Amino acid sequence: MSGMSWALAALSAALTAFLAGILLSATPKHQRRLVCALLLLSALAALAAGLAGLLSAPGEVRLPIGLPWLAMHFRLDALGGFFLLVLGLLLGATALYSVGYLRQLGSQRNLTPLYIFLPLFVIGMQGVMLADDAYTFMVFWELMSVASYFLVTFEHEQDGHRKAGFLYLLMAHLGGMLILGGFAILYAAGGSFEFDAMRAAALTPLWASLAFLLAMSGFGMKAGMMPLHAWLPDAHPAAPSNVSALMSGIMIKVAIFGFLRMIWDLIGLQQAHWWWGGLVLVIGSTSAVGGILFALQQNELKRVLAYSSVENIGIIAIGLGLGMIFAHYNYPSLAALGLVAALYHSLNHAMFKGLLFMGAGAVMHGAHSCDMGQLGGLIRRMPRTAALFLIGCISISALPPFNGFVSEWLTFQAALMAPQLQGTLLSALIPFSAAMLALAGALAAACFVKVFGIVFQGTPRSPAAAEAREANAWMQIGMAIPAALCLLLGIFPAWMLPLIDAVPKALIHAELGASATGNAWLWLTPIAQERASYSPLIVLMALLLAGCTFLVIHYRYGKKRRTEPWSCGHPHLNPRMQYTAAAFSQPLRRIFSDLYQPQDKLLRSDHGHTLLVKRLRYQVHVQDLLWRHLYLPVKRFSEWLTQRIDWLHHRPIHGYLAFTFVTLLLLLGLLL
Amino acid sequence: MNLWLWNLAEAVLMVGLAPLATALVKLFKARLQNRRGPSLLQSYRDLAKLFAKQPVLAEHASWIFRLAPYVIFAATALAAAIVPVILVAMPLTAAADVIALVALLALARFFTALAAMDVGTAFGGMGASREMTFAALSEPAMLMSIFVLSIAAHSTNLSAMIDTVLNSGLGLRPSLAFALAALVMVAIAETGRIPVDNPATHLELTMVHEAMILEYSGRYLALIEWANQIKLLLFATLLLNLFLPWGIAQDSSLVSVLIAAGAWLLKLLLLFALLSLFETWMAKMRIFRVPEYLGLAFLLAILGILSHYILEVGV
Repeated sequence: MSGMSWALAALSAALTAFLAGILLSATPKHQRRLVCALLLLSALAALAAGLAGLLSAPGEVRLPIGLPWLAMHFRLDALGGFFLLVLGLLLGATALYSVGYLRQLGSQRNLTPLYIFLPLFVIGMQGVMLADDAYTFMVFWELMSVASYFLVTFEHEQDGHRKAGFLYLLMAHLGGMLILGGFAILYAAGGSFEFDAMRAAALTPLWASLAFLLAMSGFGMKAGMMPLHAWLPDAHPAAPSNVSALMSGIMIKVAIFGFLRMIWDLIGLQQAHWWWGGLVLVIGSTSAVGGILFALQQNELKRVLAYSSVENIGIIAIGLGLGMIFAHYNYPSLAALGLVAALYHSLNHAMFKGLLFMGAGAVMHGAHSCDMGQLGGLIRRMPRTAALFLIGCISISALPPFNGFVSEWLTFQAALMAPQLQGTLLSALIPFSAAMLALAGALAAACFVKVFGIVFQGTPRSPAAAEAREANAWMQIGMAIPAALCLLLGIFPAWMLPLIDAVPKALIHAELGASATGNAWLWLTPIAQERASYSPLIVLMALLLAGCTFLVIHYRYGKKRRTEPWSCGHPHLNPRMQYTAAAFSQPLRRIFSDLYQPQDKLLRSDHGHTLLVKRLRYQVHVQDLLWRHLYLPVKRFSEWLTQRIDWLHHRPIHGYLAFTFVTLLLLLGLLL
Repeated sequence: MNLWLWNLAEAVLMVGLAPLATALVKLFKARLQNRRGPSLLQSYRDLAKLFAKQPVLAEHASWIFRLAPYVIFAATALAAAIVPVILVAMPLTAAADVIALVALLALARFFTALAAMDVGTAFGGMGASREMTFAALSEPAMLMSIFVLSIAAHSTNLSAMIDTVLNSGLGLRPSLAFALAALVMVAIAETGRIPVDNPATHLELTMVHEAMILEYSGRYLALIEWANQIKLLLFATLLLNLFLPWGIAQDSSLVSVLIAAGAWLLKLLLLFALLSLFETWMAKMRIFRVPEYLGLAFLLAILGILSHYILEVGV
């Protein structure tokens, strides 16, 4: 079978899952199994299609549906293939996870909406990756947005979830409009909705820059780049955990895909200005540091993970920005390095963030809370989930020998290999972004020590956490797959890079140096052996040696004495004496207080004298700085505006008819 | 193959001499404070005693608590094996470059902090929180200061970087001065010396690193202590060989190796004497002055890179 038929098979499997979701609503057990099985099939087909797209020549197909004068164009090329591969890998794991996860969720409520919108969501994402004309692209894009809105508001009886859903819908549509504006410019230049015509179209510099800005803000909004990220930390935690895994793992990567498709492919980097890459670099650096700083101050597990997605999108954007700058100054192999680093981080982020969100779902099921103040000590009750979650934490903190380190290493190499560029602004910007990347990496380690330490270690902070139950076997399998991939992608990057290298080959006709892919499989040498190299296997061997020594000593001289932990002689150590999530990040709150502007409150009640304390309660609240300084003013302005034009809405019927008539006249005047 | 043997020998030398280096600093400090001080072999005796003792674990310590010392030791020892000590051309520097070196130290720190959070005492959490906060500033500062040299050498490979410093006459560049200052500041923070942390104290409210390992005993404590001693020697060697590499052997003939070993030891003695003098003379900072100190190091390192790009590349 060709790649295209695999891709169509993936789409039809997901479509069948959608039908099964509707038809089998009377028998929840069969519904769950069939939908999950079909989604797994869809994932496997997408995986095959993705590999075919990366390895073989592009395939096309036209489906006679859609607009009367425009058949739906599908095309599977290296770029779409790569993202289909990411989708296939994570969707497969999530489908297996969902079998167990939804069994537990289904005991509490009717899941039919989930079984309907989840396959639609998957269809939307796959369709975007395959689209070869603007119409098809936008149809699937909106399908993805709307279906995910219903998934976000799945637990709609909760007020916060409805609010999160509304904000998400609003921003998704605003983003959709901006993207549509970008396509409109390309359509006007190329004269056709088909991507081939758009590719060939020549734009004046002004229109090209406008199209770039529209695409950048539209896709940036969906990807969650700062300052357009406000929906993300609300929407991702509201959805059920298997959906959060897909949203954070794949959906925001679809926005990265759209960014690449539109700016690198359709507009084309030969039309790019130097400041395009600079802007992407600045936004990437801001998102990377800002995202992780706000992640550190969250006390809800899924919100931490959501904010950390903003950080990782920032890291991806840094790679893309570097690539765009190098492409502009005609260093094609360095541009390829930047792009490959960004793509590799997309793949890696899908794996570890998917794993972590699934782990959060397991915690939610096991301990009935995602509030870090209620958790603790889960490593003893949920040992396997804890071990898998730890792998995710190490990977996301960019520590060797796992995968996060490899992609950050590649991004660093791209930044460090910057030759002297014209203009001191860029020469200063590139090392500055490297500094921000380093800062983000170190802060991420602090953040995930906090997450793992508070949630899984120490002693339980609530009775529910003390009674937590281990996740079932399906969920464990679903988490084990991305965990294994995190390790494999970290150890054998030299096997993965030649595959990814097909994308820059197709997009900018450049590839990594021969040393990157032609070298022995043990070594990762993106530019040249003498410049930089990394051999994950040697690092792994050293660590394995440590692990084996541990096991030998553990079993041979395992005699140990257990006793109470030391507590300064205080006799009763209780869980409330542990550091809390808010306490852990207190030093950083103090260092970055200008950015956080924390509002804290100390409530105390006493028995008539300040020394006879009855109760002390300390609350601290950190709000997203941009919420106050960007979103609220926009909200106030739009409210003011709607009040000004409110009188339009109180007309009698002939008033409305007059409006319609005038509008028609205006449109006719424009057209003729 | 020969070079791999050299590399192994250097790694063994670093790991083996690390306790001696710490003892040396203690001895210097004691003499400066008019005390007799411990014998130079005292660190080895301490380690031997700890290894022989039966470890005592807290009641609900998990497997992470027991695995962490091994990971910490392995990561630190591997990091030490990457740094060229006597010979410039080390094969292992190709397997892990400076970014990997910083990441290996970060891995050790990650596990130290996790182990501290494991038992659920307030001290552990406090130590972990402070350590990770400081690391969040010192790690990028370290990366950036080393990157100054990397950019000049067009390589992140330590051997290649030292080779550039030796042979292409980088001379007195402002960027190198910034980088050196930043790296010295980071090295003091990372090895937990005065004025950032006090390695000698167990006073609860001021300690950072000691708070994290408070629950450890027996061979676990020995491994962690040893890893710390390796870290001190590693940072000293890294500083010396990156910025003052003169004397280091560029071929493996016996004469140049002997000269290099002698030069290394001499430079180490001087550096440790300076460190002891400094520690005797300074007091420990308040804990919330440390971020300012590390922020300064980070800024210096960024200034180093910027001045390299703006002042030196075009010239």
